[in-house]
Amino acid sequence: MSVKKRSEKLKTINGFFEIQLKINGEAKNLKVKSNEFLLDALRRCGWRGAKKGCDTGDCGSCAVLMNGKAVLSCLTPAVKAHIADITTIEGMGTFEKPHPIQEAFVETGAVQCGFCIPGMILSAKDLLDRNPEPDEDMIKHALDGNLCRCTGYVKQIEAVKLAAKRLKSDKVIR
Amino acid sequence: METKNFKVVNQRVKKIDALGMACGKAEFTDDVHIEGLLHGKILWSPYAHARIKKIDASDAVEIPGVKAVLTYKDVPRVPHTTAGQGYPEPSPYDTFVLDNKVRYVGDRVAAVAAETIEAAQEAVSKIKVEYELLPAVFDPLEAMKNGAPVIHDEEDSKNIPDAKRNIAAKFDFKVINGEWFKEADFVIEQTYRMPYIQHCAIEPHICIVYFDANGRLVIRTATQVPFHVRRIVAQSLNLPVKKIRVIKPRIGGGFGSKQEIVLEDICAALALKTGKPVKIEYTRKETFVSSRTRHPSVVRLKTGVKKDGTITDAEMEVILNTGAYGSHALTVMMCSGSHTLPMYRIKNNIKFLGKSVYTNMPVAGAFRGYGATQGFFAWESQMDIMAEKIGMDPLEFRKRNYIKSGEGSPVFKAMGEGREGVEQLITSTGLSEAIQEGLKRIKWHEKTEEYKNQAGRVKRGLGMACMMQGSGIPEIDMASATIKMNEDGSFNLLIGATDLGTGSDTILAQIAAEVLGVETQDIIVYSSDTDLTPFDVGAYASSTTFVSGGAVKKAAEKAKDMVLEVAAKILDEKKENLFLENKKVVSKSGVSCSLAEVANTSLYYYNQHQITASASHSGRTSPPPFAAHFAEIEVDTETGRIKVIDYVSCVDCGTAINPSLAEGQNDGAVLQGIGHCLVEEMEFSANGTPLNANFRRYKILNTADTPPIKSVLIPTYEPDGPFGAKSISEIGINGPAPAIANAIYNAVGIRLYSTPFTPDKVLAEIKKRMKK
Repeated sequence: MSVKKRSEKLKTINGFFEIQLKINGEAKNLKVKSNEFLLDALRRCGWRGAKKGCDTGDCGSCAVLMNGKAVLSCLTPAVKAHIADITTIEGMGTFEKPHPIQEAFVETGAVQCGFCIPGMILSAKDLLDRNPEPDEDMIKHALDGNLCRCTGYVKQIEAVKLAAKRLKSDKVIR
Repeated sequence: METKNFKVVNQRVKKIDALGMACGKAEFTDDVHIEGLLHGKILWSPYAHARIKKIDASDAVEIPGVKAVLTYKDVPRVPHTTAGQGYPEPSPYDTFVLDNKVRYVGDRVAAVAAETIEAAQEAVSKIKVEYELLPAVFDPLEAMKNGAPVIHDEEDSKNIPDAKRNIAAKFDFKVINGEWFKEADFVIEQTYRMPYIQHCAIEPHICIVYFDANGRLVIRTATQVPFHVRRIVAQSLNLPVKKIRVIKPRIGGGFGSKQEIVLEDICAALALKTGKPVKIEYTRKETFVSSRTRHPSVVRLKTGVKKDGTITDAEMEVILNTGAYGSHALTVMMCSGSHTLPMYRIKNNIKFLGKSVYTNMPVAGAFRGYGATQGFFAWESQMDIMAEKIGMDPLEFRKRNYIKSGEGSPVFKAMGEGREGVEQLITSTGLSEAIQEGLKRIKWHEKTEEYKNQAGRVKRGLGMACMMQGSGIPEIDMASATIKMNEDGSFNLLIGATDLGTGSDTILAQIAAEVLGVETQDIIVYSSDTDLTPFDVGAYASSTTFVSGGAVKKAAEKAKDMVLEVAAKILDEKKENLFLENKKVVSKSGVSCSLAEVANTSLYYYNQHQITASASHSGRTSPPPFAAHFAEIEVDTETGRIKVIDYVSCVDCGTAINPSLAEGQNDGAVLQGIGHCLVEEMEFSANGTPLNANFRRYKILNTADTPPIKSVLIPTYEPDGPFGAKSISEIGINGPAPAIANAIYNAVGIRLYSTPFTPDKVLAEIKKRMKK
């Protein structure tokens, strides 16, 4: 990544800060306002997978990964993403090559309206990166910041279990 | 009866839009870029009841970027209802786009459109309003008394049965067969209450209005009822229907709150005023306060019972708080009786007395369960009370009385939705199997023994409840579908039906695929666009699978006939000898041709025509799904905390078109129901100001709070449903409150008559019981 150290002063252009970051593996420069949150900046610049469900950090539908850790982008000042590595749902997988977590959510029927799903999948990714073999309580704990009003969470918990199993066997094959 | 050897139907087909959602590609209302989009903001009333004496927007319009400010002086004054129901709506016409009076904290005062949200917000704060404060009333029982403030004193509202007494809707019904309670050995009278509860769809209400290249208004909105939105916006703004197109993109849940014209009218008014595209996106707080809620309820139930288990008489009085406007006021109230009273045989007399009452509180509306939730909390608690009184096992008591196949109820005919109902007999029920299965899974008998003599602080208990709902509104709900064939043998399915996350696009594709002998992925679904899809009342009243599914099946059968017609020519066979299978037309003699060949022949070679068919369907009846719920809970007698240990919900859904999606509907409904009875309640200050309008203080259950929930589908075959299906999106929410209330009684001998069952209520009752 060709970005500079965080400590360097951010450039300001017409009241905007120019932050340098990686989004889904690609180096990007984004112009953001000083009072702008990462969620709004991402959505404004075309990454609309992260959703705004409450804007107060209570529902988790805005979750993205910042340096591999799930964060609430609606509470994260955009300037804080300077020199960070951001993964949004768009960076997880594609129609042709979905991530095993995405596949598991589809297969188990864990997606209903789908509004909470990007955040939920990224929280699951954060969990499975840290802990490839979580038990049910760990899954519940990891997803407890992602509110869903449609599913009763039954099939979503099942999806994370299935994804963990798949990711583990993928590793064995490799 | 049709064959039950289904190929596509009754299979766990993947939800067709799920991968797009999981990849972040699904486009919700806000997931588009529209050049020059203005942001709309609304000034909300800080007072529960006031008249606007003076309103001055001169400072607001001066703010840079502000393009329009609308007050009641700038919009047409047309009384209408915001309830997205079939026309003519049974709800009173008591609402105006903007009015010179405000009726609750959070009512509309004025609206602003500006280039930025910040400018719009600033402008809203600069609108000067002089209010004449009026006395307010917050309790429906108070509001009906003489001398209470009259909330709808305007003269131009319509269809309010008794505006002076704040009665937004009333309905009474009686069956009299002799003297009241004469045969009863015991008469039990109790009152049950549910508070203000909000839907909490994770996507807040949002709407974007823009103009197409011909100057028509395009309303892109998170709605369950696109066709009703088109009609009601046209009505309220005096526009021709043909000037409006409504598009429903993916929507992030609704549960009834989006069966409502919440902001489409005001957003359209701002677009018309500015000539520019405008977006209004509710904040979470606005969604809590200024969208819709469940109707808070007071249900008084007086029932007579004989020692042999006969229910002799039942009197049910329902008073709903409809808030400041009467959206769904009549129909929710009627459904609290029409979905509950037929459940058990009542030998002699039945009386239903219902009122929905205006107060200076947030507006209630449609909410999953639609009155039945409030009604079943009362009925299923009362069933356990009666059983105990006569010393009968509560399961045995229910079995003796619940409605069985081939039976009817005078209630079906007497109580419809807003008018007389439809006579019907039960043609499918799996309730008995549902109870058996639930008993087994929850280990009812073993655990009942185990928990008989419990010592210690934490006590466990078991409870159950039975319930029913409907499948659409008979002879009112109508749906239609169009199918057209493409060169490769795939089909477009165009439907007015509205997928709000339920998976209806998928199950309707499965129904079409089953008829046409193709896979689900050969059906390309496009739904809910008033320009491009045929009419459908929308997604509510558990209607989509049953009613829209019926329309899709009919349209597919017509298209199939056209396919066979062409194939008969190609194969030189009689049409009657042909059938569809694996994307082919096959004859009994063994010859076949592909669907692609059929399509190409019709489009390019022979008797050229587009194979396309449309059909409509309206339910003649509304076959109820049935369910039995079982809860195992634990009560901490020192803290009053209730913990759900296990929850089993067995539901008879006819043929499950897609078992995974049906289970998902039920899981979600059950968890909402558990949330309702454990934690959910909107709180208000003494002057009607909401106190907990956010997810931090209004709790909805998260993964960590979620008990094990098991949804079990009990297959039956409903002859009136498409491939035997019934609808089950709502029923699951009716069970948790009574099942858990009954379990609490079983554990510690206290009965709670109002939800939520918070630790303070539980403790207070435990203390009361100890004193006795």
